[in-house]
Amino acid sequence: MHIVVCIKQVPDSAQIRVHPVTNTIMRQGVPTIINPYDLFALEEAMRLRDKFGGEVTVLTMGPPSAEDSLRKALTYGADRAVLLTDRFFAGSDTLATSFALATAITKIGETYGVPDLVFTGKQTIDGDTAQVGPGIAKRLGLIQVTYVAKVADFDPAARTITLERRAEGGTQVLKSKLPCLVAMLEATNEIRRGSMENALRAARAEVVKWSAKDAGVQDMSKCGLKGSPTIVKRVFAPSARAEKAKFIEAPEGGNLADALIAEVFARQPNLEADLTALARGF
Amino acid sequence: MIDEKFDAIVVGAGMAGNAAAYTMAKRGLKVLQLERGEYSGSKNVQGAILYADMMEKIIPDFREDAPLERHLIEQRFWMMTDNSHTGLQYRSDEFNEESPNRYTIIRAQFDKWFSSKVREAGALVVCETTVTELVQDAYGKVIGVKTDRGGGQIHADVVVLAEGVTGLLGTRAGLRKIPKPTEVALAVKEMHFLPQEVIEQRFNLKGNEGVVIEAAGTISKGMTGMGFIYTNRECISVGLGCLVSDFQSTGVSPYQLLEKFKSHPSVAPLLEGSEVKEYAAHLIPEGGYKAIPQLYGDGWVVVGDAAQLNNAIHREGSNLAMTSGRIAAEAVFQVKSRKDPMTAQNLSLYKKMLDDSFIMKDLKKYKDMPKLLHIQSQNFFLTYPQLVNKAMENYLRVDGTPKKEKQKLTMKSFVSARSWAGLFGDAFRLARAWR
Repeated sequence: MHIVVCIKQVPDSAQIRVHPVTNTIMRQGVPTIINPYDLFALEEAMRLRDKFGGEVTVLTMGPPSAEDSLRKALTYGADRAVLLTDRFFAGSDTLATSFALATAITKIGETYGVPDLVFTGKQTIDGDTAQVGPGIAKRLGLIQVTYVAKVADFDPAARTITLERRAEGGTQVLKSKLPCLVAMLEATNEIRRGSMENALRAARAEVVKWSAKDAGVQDMSKCGLKGSPTIVKRVFAPSARAEKAKFIEAPEGGNLADALIAEVFARQPNLEADLTALARGF
Repeated sequence: MIDEKFDAIVVGAGMAGNAAAYTMAKRGLKVLQLERGEYSGSKNVQGAILYADMMEKIIPDFREDAPLERHLIEQRFWMMTDNSHTGLQYRSDEFNEESPNRYTIIRAQFDKWFSSKVREAGALVVCETTVTELVQDAYGKVIGVKTDRGGGQIHADVVVLAEGVTGLLGTRAGLRKIPKPTEVALAVKEMHFLPQEVIEQRFNLKGNEGVVIEAAGTISKGMTGMGFIYTNRECISVGLGCLVSDFQSTGVSPYQLLEKFKSHPSVAPLLEGSEVKEYAAHLIPEGGYKAIPQLYGDGWVVVGDAAQLNNAIHREGSNLAMTSGRIAAEAVFQVKSRKDPMTAQNLSLYKKMLDDSFIMKDLKKYKDMPKLLHIQSQNFFLTYPQLVNKAMENYLRVDGTPKKEKQKLTMKSFVSARSWAGLFGDAFRLARAWR
């Protein structure tokens, strides 16, 4: 069995800072992490591999520095890592990204064996679109199951997978034929700590690096900025709210509730009138 | 159990560990470096100043691509009271040389770069891996390490302990004692973000020029300690450290001292309008020569902060760390190339080489200084700064008092505070410790 897991290197959103002068988001020096949703996908894929045999290939598209994330995935226990990196990919939106990844997955199939499953995270924490996974499935003609909380069953003989999908108002249990694409939700499993052997192997491993051409991209106009109809006009930090918080203390000899309500009424006279009217009604 | 065996395992990827791993890998040894942080530099804290000469001895052309902040052209020493300071300032255009001598750096960035060089040199670097135990054979010889990852032990001919000041691994294995509270300082630091132009304006700088301010006096409330202000490209590092034993006995908390230092009338205008980006704390070995533990044994050597190699008087630590790492690596290489076993006797070469270097010579020179400053901390950090500042004020304030009387007053203030015997004693002891 061959499983491809798509991951993305994203800025650690907990550590993003805003430039105090220009109010722009400072990307420089922000530590990067593997998109947290993708880790659930990776763990689920590795569990299937551990149980039923086969290989897990992790794939990402990004700058050369995205190699760090792939190496981390290898430390967790993935078997192979492929980095799709090319300046032609710069500025890709979800349409162009899913095109590039789908092309690369086809190439991975030709090179290392056709994947039976493609795993992705539900969405990334930097773009939050949740469009790339479905985009890949559509382009590759795969059945797609999104918002998956759990792999309930896997039957290698019948080539089927049973998935629990979280839906509004309940859980759907869906059975799909292979090959298919699974987009995983958060907190359905916990990424393992890679063994020392895996850590050593990952430190040594050769990460496969493909340019657009290597990956088999024919039509460059579908890549990068050219292939991206989405235009980001501006990225900025919302300005801080104008209202300031006020600390209200109980006055000398008075009580805090009275002071608090007086403060509220002072700001919203209508509220006082309404509440008084309401109180009269009782 | 991992079958593979390395020539050397380096524990830790700070200055000492990186220097050791780089030097050994460059000489063709099979090196594994283990670091508990996410990457080299992620857990490393320093002021920080880089001394170019020692770095050049490891990577001669480091200036080409290392992330350096500013080269230093000016040094200020401040003797502080609560509302004044008497300063000594040295600034020279000579420091604007082609290959500057000292730089401010940000360790998280610098160490990441250093680590990339270690990898390029051929060492295997594995991060997010904590070494939990040294593996020793029946005779006590260190033969490898155990980590917090599954899969057991990894073996090596020699383990280079570059584990940092707390040195839990070595102390746990009984190779040395846990440093005493009188031997370590706790330093705290903040990174204050300011636009480049503002920093250059406030410190009278242009381009990549930088300034260092070192301050002592009543800011440490009588404890043995110092404050510092370093200019980086787009931020100012402000910090302060005192002996842990002093913090223990006074109950003062480090952040209180730092807040007070930051609000001092000499400091506050330099930081005005800045945004704090980072708060960090770190222990610094301050015991000096007398606190240096056993530096080698069967199958192991210890380098850097873990070996207490720090010159507290000259505020030099990272260069001692990187130099001890390099020297240890060279010693290991020599033993290895003679095909000799990594026994304590053979590894004593490291200590011998260290004794011949500036490290031990400098530390030996100041061997009595830590004790003197500690025992007399009230005098050196409270009494004298106040006396000196008062004398300066006395000298500068023009109020019609005859000069002769002023001088008498100043002299009297010194004598009544410390007595003649005390003054001469302090001068004598200080001179002897400095010699």
